[in-house]
Amino acid sequence: MSLYVNANIEKEQKLSQYKGVLVFGEQKDGKILTVTYELLTRGRKLADELGCELSCVLLGEEIDGLEEVVKRGADKVFFIKDAILKNFLPRPYSKAITKLCEELKPEVIVAAATTTGRTVMPLVAAMLETGLTADCTELTIDPDTRLLLQTRPAIGGNIMATIKTPDHRPQMATVRPKSAKPAAFNAARTGEVIVKEFDGATFFTPEKFLEYIKDTTQEVSIEEADIIVAGGKGMKNADGFKMVEELARILGAGVGATRDAVEFGWTTYPHQIGLSGKTVAPKLYFAFGLSGKIQHLAGMQTSEVVVAVNKDPEAQIFKVADFGIVGDVFEVVPMMIEAFKNLKANA
Amino acid sequence: MNIVVLVKQVPGTDNVKMDPVTGVMIRSGKDTIINPLDENALAEAIRIKNSQENVKVTAVSMGPDSAMKAIKEAIAMGADGGVLISGRAFAGSDTIATGKAIAAAIRKVGDVDLILCGERATDGETGQTGAMIAYYLGIPVETYVSAVEVKENGVIVKRTVEGGFERVEIPFPVMATVNKDINEPGFPTLKGKLKAKETVVPVYGPVELGLDPAELGLKGSPTRVVKVFSPKLSRDTIMKKADGTTGPVEEMMKFLAGKEAI
Ligand SMILES: Cc1cc2nc3c(=O)[nH]c(=O)nc-3n(C[C@H](O)[C@H](O)[C@H](O)COP(=O)(O)OP(=O)(O)OC[C@H]3O[C@@H](n4cnc5c(N)ncnc54)[C@H](O)[C@@H]3O)c2cc1C
Ligand SMILES: Cc1cc2nc3c(=O)[nH]c(=O)nc-3n(C[C@H](O)[C@H](O)[C@H](O)COP(=O)(O)OP(=O)(O)OC[C@H]3O[C@@H](n4cnc5c(N)ncnc54)[C@H](O)[C@@H]3O)c2cc1C
Repeated sequence: MSLYVNANIEKEQKLSQYKGVLVFGEQKDGKILTVTYELLTRGRKLADELGCELSCVLLGEEIDGLEEVVKRGADKVFFIKDAILKNFLPRPYSKAITKLCEELKPEVIVAAATTTGRTVMPLVAAMLETGLTADCTELTIDPDTRLLLQTRPAIGGNIMATIKTPDHRPQMATVRPKSAKPAAFNAARTGEVIVKEFDGATFFTPEKFLEYIKDTTQEVSIEEADIIVAGGKGMKNADGFKMVEELARILGAGVGATRDAVEFGWTTYPHQIGLSGKTVAPKLYFAFGLSGKIQHLAGMQTSEVVVAVNKDPEAQIFKVADFGIVGDVFEVVPMMIEAFKNLKANA
Repeated sequence: MNIVVLVKQVPGTDNVKMDPVTGVMIRSGKDTIINPLDENALAEAIRIKNSQENVKVTAVSMGPDSAMKAIKEAIAMGADGGVLISGRAFAGSDTIATGKAIAAAIRKVGDVDLILCGERATDGETGQTGAMIAYYLGIPVETYVSAVEVKENGVIVKRTVEGGFERVEIPFPVMATVNKDINEPGFPTLKGKLKAKETVVPVYGPVELGLDPAELGLKGSPTRVVKVFSPKLSRDTIMKKADGTTGPVEEMMKFLAGKEAI
């Protein structure tokens, strides 16, 4: 029995070495991405509940505005600096983050469920031999155990699961972009910016970044958009789908589509929202002529406000809508286009 | 050239039913499919096989005995052979434990140049397994791949990322997780179906893979699912009926203004 007790004490001691919350911020072309500030909102809340420090790590060659990360909630900002980190490459990124984590020993690490976060975090988790919970919509601290409770949708949005990482540290999670508001700027906040340089071996990789090509079919990237206008099979044909694009243009919104609309070739796959497409959570989502099959809802049901137009009053999309209009899209959508045009003209 | 394609058996998600009391998915054992994106991975492997000499494609799956069906389907669609990882010891594996087990099986397949799998599966949906496997094999991973260009000693991949695409060059061996944009999945052929029947697919457990059961299944998994529940799938919807006037749209505009959504 004493052996068992000793093992437990040892485990407790090992786990208690880990302190603080770390978030993995992202940059592109040296500019800090908004998703970083969303992570600061999440991270600050967790750090305050745990009564510990919040750190943010960013990787790059040069990064502007690191002070702003402090002003928006971080106590410490670690800038890992190297020419190879200019663009995302899984290997050098994961090695560098792991190295920092070995020094820092954070209790919790949170990253965004972006293409970058979802790629680098599994590698970091495996190197640190700990668990990783994907795509969380909610993170809270269990007051009794101090454990991170990680809640995420799975099985096409059919279920929600709450996951813990009881015996390993750090406890790691990715969270959906747009699932928290960016942390506010507070000029009075103070903190530290620490530049980290690691040896070349850390960054060695056979990968070679060739180029980034902007997707010109997406005037507004749907992951970043505050408003998304989405259309489905009910738009009837490519011409009908143009109404979706027109309203999006007027609103400065992203264009979304169901799988059917993509398969008909009315728009391209990067616009597909749902289980086998993108997950989005904009402030406002317009759903036109789409039924709201569970696979589509899986990609958009956490949107803040949903407006749906469908001629079938029983369409499932109305279940997740805040405002529904039962009617023909060819009657209602042109009226909306007019209304928003007028709104803009008078603004 | 040796290619491994991972095929996960998942519920045919169109018909997922939930137990309203427990919030647990009711699986009917028969209604399973190959994870849709794994079919894209397979189609890509077969495209590469058809474009050059001496390419061997092996389908690897981890799951219950019934996952043999996924491997046989993969062979019917053009894979040369398969490996099933199965046994009680693997039950309850999270992505770390899954990564370790699948990596061990791939190592047993031998000198693999390219591993292809779906970016994510439609059930667990973590999108983490590909990277985990790559880590345990000690090879690089490229994710969200929408095109693979095979070069002499490696590949150039096109990755679909936020707002655009990236191109990355990488020597073999490499793991690539693919998205739907990469191709149209293929179909089983008659010849393939016959081959699937004849092909003997080995089943590996922890012993064959030289793995310690303590690293596998629930025991080897740092994460624990502690609660499962149904999402709240309803909002307080304001419903209007289109009546030929601009009334409903005007009310929507007021509603959105009130919500500060516009
Ligand atoms: C594994 C898997 C993954 C999938 N992944 C995705 C995914 O990522 N994204 C996705 O969207 N789907 C996905 N699907 C497909 C999904 O199940 C549905 O088939 C699809 O979402 C339906 O698209 P839709 O709503 O455009 O078409 P439909 O379901 O056919 O709905 C059309 C709607 O338009 C309405 N309508 C028709 N005419 C009009 C009109 N004139 N005015 C107003 N309303 C009209 C109809 O009432 C109907 O509700 C997936 C399916 C599977 C099995
Ligand atoms: C509700 C729920 C939530 C979960 N949440 C988490 C979590 O947050 N973190 C975690 O670590 N685990 C989690 N798991 C466990 C996880 O589902 C399993 O580890 C599973 O083996 C990986 O499944 P996935 O669907 O996430 O795979 P993904 O990582 O989404 O799959 C990507 C690709 O990997 C390949 N692949 C994955 N599994 C197999 C397989 N068994 N055989 C062949 N190829 C395969 C396929 O090619 C697939 O396209 C969860 C499980 C459930 C039921």
